[in-house]
Amino acid sequence: MNPYEEPIEEKWHDEQAGPIVRPYVMTRGRTEPVRGDFNLISLAVSVRSAGAMEVGLNPEHLAIVRLCQDPLSVAEVAAHLDLPAGTVRVLLGDLLDKGFIDVQDPQPEVDMHDLRMYEAVLNGLRAL
Amino acid sequence: MDSARSDRVKAPKKLPTAIKLLVAGGFGVGKTTLVGAVSEIRPLRTEEVLTDLSVGVDDVAGVEAKNTTTVAMDFGRISVGEEYVLYLFGTPGQERFWFMWDELAAGALGAVILADTRRLADCFPAVDYFERRKTPFVVAVNCFDGARTYDLDEVRLALGLNPAIPIVLCDARRRESGKEVLITLVQHSMERNSKRPTPA
Ligand SMILES: Nc1nc2c(ncn2[C@@H]2O[C@H](COP(=O)(O)OP(=O)(O)OP(=O)(O)O)[C@@H](O)[C@H]2O)c(=O)[nH]1
Ligand SMILES: [Mg+2]
Repeated sequence: MNPYEEPIEEKWHDEQAGPIVRPYVMTRGRTEPVRGDFNLISLAVSVRSAGAMEVGLNPEHLAIVRLCQDPLSVAEVAAHLDLPAGTVRVLLGDLLDKGFIDVQDPQPEVDMHDLRMYEAVLNGLRAL
Repeated sequence: MDSARSDRVKAPKKLPTAIKLLVAGGFGVGKTTLVGAVSEIRPLRTEEVLTDLSVGVDDVAGVEAKNTTTVAMDFGRISVGEEYVLYLFGTPGQERFWFMWDELAAGALGAVILADTRRLADCFPAVDYFERRKTPFVVAVNCFDGARTYDLDEVRLALGLNPAIPIVLCDARRRESGKEVLITLVQHSMERNSKRPTPA
């Protein structure tokens, strides 16, 4: 079976793109963000708006800037745009690099020994 | 108008801290149902494209070097005040996605393992996994209609669970019930982590 039945014009398309051609095109073949270290729960928030004519941004970048008016996790952005999380990471890296978004501290892991955090979470859950 | 304009200027926002909780268990045990019952947003689904050299079992004709696997996960969100936001992830059920669990389990505050008494063995892999990884977990026995009601001690025995590990009954469809399960988990995680000495 030929995995590349749809003709692909762009030269950069290579053997490893596999079945995920559209996201691959969107990131111009990149699999790692230029900046930032995003995991599924890294939070992003837009810090300025982006016009449609912004150089170097594709429609997905613009959609992310619009979505992240309020902080959203990588997982949520991916779900809303129906894109794989890996693709969203690359796009978020571009936006971080260009100053359109802020990301949570690069070390977002909670302090597991922080009793105050547990209390806050328990109170929050009880209040649900 | 001025006020409308100033709405758009972003004051530097302090982002909340995101906390990850996992919901694990066998196929069809109610993971998605539980996530949906407690989430403040409709449960979302995201796909992670994974490249893994060790996934030798996939028969991907024509792809020699790498295997890419797309794994779908359900997740939901619970905001806790301004400061914290909980994300609940349903782990992919199949064993061959365990390399994915590692990524998910990293930094997780804890896990709920859902068990169905008619198919208790289905949750053995999850119990093993979180024990080995030392991730705090609780077992929630989902009460399906028609299932013989087990004594929780029987379930504990069958699973070989350490007495320190909480085990509770739940109805994954009910928000109140799901909430109780999460409270039990967070309390357990707190006890576990406050006993463990902080590395100097
Ligand atoms: N009676 C009863 N039914 C339940 C309960 N929890 C889930 N169900 C039903 O069980 C079925 C499976 O639930 P899901 O939430 O899809 O299970 P899952 O673990 O996400 O399944 P997979 O993702 O396919 O592994 C659904 O039809 C639910 O409505 C429960 O507590 N009681
Ligand atoms: Mg499910």
